[in-house]
Amino acid sequence: MRNIWIICQKELRSYFVSPIAYAMIALFALIFGFAFYSELRLFMNFIFRSQMMGGAQPVNVNEPIRGMLGFAGTLSLFLVPLISMRLFAEEKRNGTIELLFTSPIPDFSIVVGKWLGAMCLYVAALAVSALNVALLFAWGKPDWKPVLVAYLGLILQGGCILAIGTLVSALTSNQIVAGGAAFFVSLVLYLLNWSTEYDSSVLSKVLNYLSLIPHMENFGRGLLSLKDVVFYVSFIFFALFLTLRQLESVRWRS
Amino acid sequence: MITVHELTKRYARNTAVDHISFEVKKGQIVGFLGPNGAGKTTTMRMLTCFLPPTSGGATVAGFDVLEKPLEVKRRIGYLPELPPLYLEMRTAEYLYFVGRIKGLRGPELAKRVAYVLDRCAIADVETKVLGKLSKGYRQRVGLAQAIIHNPDVLILDEPTAGLDPKQINETRELIRGLAGDHTIILSTHILPEVEQTCEQVIIINKGKLVATDSVNNLQNRARGAGSVMVEIAARNAEVASVRERLARVPGVSRVEVKESREDLTAFEVEGKSDRAMRAALARAVVESGWDLNELRTAAVSLEEIFLELTSKDQQQARAGETPEGEVEAVAEPGKR
Repeated sequence: MRNIWIICQKELRSYFVSPIAYAMIALFALIFGFAFYSELRLFMNFIFRSQMMGGAQPVNVNEPIRGMLGFAGTLSLFLVPLISMRLFAEEKRNGTIELLFTSPIPDFSIVVGKWLGAMCLYVAALAVSALNVALLFAWGKPDWKPVLVAYLGLILQGGCILAIGTLVSALTSNQIVAGGAAFFVSLVLYLLNWSTEYDSSVLSKVLNYLSLIPHMENFGRGLLSLKDVVFYVSFIFFALFLTLRQLESVRWRS
Repeated sequence: MITVHELTKRYARNTAVDHISFEVKKGQIVGFLGPNGAGKTTTMRMLTCFLPPTSGGATVAGFDVLEKPLEVKRRIGYLPELPPLYLEMRTAEYLYFVGRIKGLRGPELAKRVAYVLDRCAIADVETKVLGKLSKGYRQRVGLAQAIIHNPDVLILDEPTAGLDPKQINETRELIRGLAGDHTIILSTHILPEVEQTCEQVIIINKGKLVATDSVNNLQNRARGAGSVMVEIAARNAEVASVRERLARVPGVSRVEVKESREDLTAFEVEGKSDRAMRAALARAVVESGWDLNELRTAAVSLEEIFLELTSKDQQQARAGETPEGEVEAVAEPGKR
């Protein structure tokens, strides 16, 4: 446990001494800010129009929040590979991987520690978006529970993409390749259910289950279902497990 | 301290390390010698549990590298060929990190960091970013990293590679100074380094163990067939006659003209090369009325022994070729 924490701390520090953390967070804040603005504008338009029609319908401030957080999920698909690409690729390139693997710490604490460090950065970026959402809490009265559930979903989904990124990073010593491949793999997992919309064969059910989007949809609606949590958590475990195996097998073959 | 038994590492296409066995006793400095690609790095990586062996085994401080890797790692300090530095970290920060993953904590950690900063003479760059340090400093930080947890065994892969002569000397001093407390294996392809720093030599070539002995023994072994260099001012001496005269000296087996210029001629005299022969040589030269400029025994360096040992199998085919040709390297597969 202590070893995981040491590695996690180290990862976090190296993110924050290099420009990558700041660039990532700034980019995320900028794009999320734009989504925030356009969702709210749409929402306001909708309210004005319904007021002009006369019927003052009850409005739900959670509507725009759901929209913008859903967008944050898509955004993380692009940004998370930026975080994960250096995890192992850089260590391989610099030879520091030899230091880690000749230190008296189990391999899994290295893998988990690295993933956790990257998670912390991702959560930090999400926290910036929470500032925007907090504004809505200050001026309106949204229900906070669905918001929390949506954030949990975002964290879990980000964790999945990060775990894929960790695995890909362990496969290469080139950061650019690691980032690109991680993006590609998560994009495929993201889009997996597109072809299955009006199809009900077993294959499409499987594809639908493996895709990252349908699981996120429930979280976005504020539905916390065990099935989706289990999917994400087991996904993360599986990817990290493969990472561990990959690192071992590289050493057996090298 | 270290026992290596039939250690073998096979890659897809070639065998990097081929049934190597040796032993290193506590407190020794051992030079691990071989041309590039001989399998030095691979062997060291197996000893540090970075690579698992294909067959055979090794124990460090009584622990098997395959069965108890964590125990082995706890007792080993390893400096890879390229110092494993996180270039964005500062020196002290880096050492604290390494100390922590090696299992140190609290006041003990602070004490060890202060000690290695002082010991490796890097206290003046304590707050500098590692990426900005010169090669010599990086190497010393690498060494500091290896000794921070006070390991029983130090494994140093080419610790002086790429340094300038002054830094090389400093690094060797440092390594010699560490010898008392640690058992040290250092790999190198620079022979004088072994002669200067090590007590024991392990020579490998193309993955096979060629020789393992003490430096002195190896030198003695080769001294038997030594040679004497005789340099004579050539004013009044004719090369052919001098050569003939020298060949008649008792104990001489062969005389060869090494260098012949206007003002001097140098001969290489092979024979028993003992004191009596040298004295007889000097007398012969002086009595014939020639001017003796220089007479010295050509010291047999490890270099010659090394070349002889590592090129045995190719000797017949390419006798008399340049040394570089004989120590040609196979691509080192351990590198990524």
